[in-house]
Amino acid sequence: MTAVTSPLRRLGWTLTDGLTLVGRELGRLRQEPGQIVAALVFPVIMVVLFGYVFGSAIQVPDGGDYREYLMPGLFTMVTFIAWSGVMTRMAGDAARGVMDRFRSMPMARLAVPFGQTGADLLIGLLMLAVMVGAGLLVGWQPHRGLIPTAQAFVLIVVLRYALSWVGVYVGLAVRNDQVADALVPLGLPFTMLSNAFVPTGGMPGWLRFLADWNPVSALTAALRDLFGNPGAPSGAVAWPLAHPVTAVLLWSAALLVIFVPLSFRAYLRGGR
Amino acid sequence: MTDPIVVAEGLHKSFGGTRALRGLDLSVPRGTVCGVLGPNGAGKTTAVRILATLSDPDAGHARIAGYDVVREAGKVRERIGLAGQSAAVDEKLTGRGNLRMFGRLYHLPRRQAHRRADELLDRFGLMDAADRPVAGYSGGMRRRLDLITSLILRPEVLFLDEPTTGLDPRSRGEIWDSVRELVAEGTTVLLTTQYLDEADHLADDIAVIDHGRVIATGTPDELKATIGDRLDVTVENPAAMPAAMTVLSTLAGTDPTQTGVDGLSVVLPAGGLRLADIVRGFDHAGVAAADLRLRRPTLDEVFLRLTDRLTDRVTDREEPVR
Repeated sequence: MTAVTSPLRRLGWTLTDGLTLVGRELGRLRQEPGQIVAALVFPVIMVVLFGYVFGSAIQVPDGGDYREYLMPGLFTMVTFIAWSGVMTRMAGDAARGVMDRFRSMPMARLAVPFGQTGADLLIGLLMLAVMVGAGLLVGWQPHRGLIPTAQAFVLIVVLRYALSWVGVYVGLAVRNDQVADALVPLGLPFTMLSNAFVPTGGMPGWLRFLADWNPVSALTAALRDLFGNPGAPSGAVAWPLAHPVTAVLLWSAALLVIFVPLSFRAYLRGGR
Repeated sequence: MTDPIVVAEGLHKSFGGTRALRGLDLSVPRGTVCGVLGPNGAGKTTAVRILATLSDPDAGHARIAGYDVVREAGKVRERIGLAGQSAAVDEKLTGRGNLRMFGRLYHLPRRQAHRRADELLDRFGLMDAADRPVAGYSGGMRRRLDLITSLILRPEVLFLDEPTTGLDPRSRGEIWDSVRELVAEGTTVLLTTQYLDEADHLADDIAVIDHGRVIATGTPDELKATIGDRLDVTVENPAAMPAAMTVLSTLAGTDPTQTGVDGLSVVLPAGGLRLADIVRGFDHAGVAAADLRLRRPTLDEVFLRLTDRLTDRVTDREEPVR
């Protein structure tokens, strides 16, 4: 019993309990194979839909292939949808009292948020692999070699992880799975208002400003650069687009600095 | 006498402008069942949440097995189980999957967590459904799983927050049986309920709470004795009802309530009146009684009396607190 107070032991339990909760998410997926299929088919549908439907009409600025232009945008879109999955799971647990059970148990205090974000990381890696496969099938490929390609994937994973903490916080704050479900579609316009699918050059000034400073645009620009795909901005562009990798890392750091403490606070306070 | 294992002293808790608890005191001896009764919004769930370390009181303090629920919450959590409306299980996992997961989160080694899961499933009759997702369980099975999840560590104190609300009578009976078994093994149970028969069946002691305070405590029998016995009368001819009513109100000193076209019910002053006096009174007035029955009051009547009396005095009622 006294061992519980030792910090090292506590860290150990946070890891063990976090892993147990990761296992829980995987167990849930195993019970619902349909959900895995849906989650994996979704990116493939996006590739086909955007690549061939929009691709038939949109001109890429420097005359490149639209599907080459599109794939970084789709990687980004899937990254930015991730937070909503974490949010609905946290909100569901809070609404149904599962969170209260966790909080009444002698388990590591911070294991629940860590477990949720950790589970999302695994799901994210799986989806990333499917996206890469789908991209290769429609003719996309990275052109700049191993290291920049690896950097691009690391960037995706880092930002996804940071975003999943937004999901933890929002889920705990709404504590209601219906509200959480209603929030999910709000992510979509956010991803569209960017350079992910169309160049921002043709947008009205104020809209272009928002799009250029949207972190979605920063990640997309960084990926285009690192993969060597067409559509890299040229000339005078907004700062985040001129330094997209730095911008993505700053965005990730900012999200973590804000939402990790907020999430811990919300979890520990529960509905008190 | 052993020391009480659950002690709450002067608990206060407000949510925004509503005062859910206003000086709640509670004391539960080890190995007993304490039934906490109260209307919706009386503060039952708030009290349980504070005792189970889910919520901090604004004032006052509480101890479980000697440990303070705020300062020594970790020690408290090793000794309690929580089930009912405040706790739940994962709908998508199987029953066995839930018990194994929670066993691991209680820091049982893997093999032990698996063994304990099987033990509990077997003992509480869920083995057949063990490998089905909980989403497909009936309400009763789900509650039973919820209950046994809180038993994984063999808690010293088990909090059951309205454990049978919404269940059919058979499922309710099964939960009751389970609770009785646990108590026989020495677990202390604190049970909140809106069903007075549930408290009557299970509880050694009852605390009636309303407006965030305990307004009466005692065994079910003691509480029933605080209001007088009740007399139920059925007259042969409904035309005799006015005469019968006059006789009863004169003798009992309070107005009887009418039950149906030919029935009357009245609370008799504690200890004063005998059945023979009533019979004689009816004879004088020419009332023929088809049935005359003296009975102990039900806990419902005690409860209504107690909570009504207070409602007259205190006007600002609390909202139910989740």
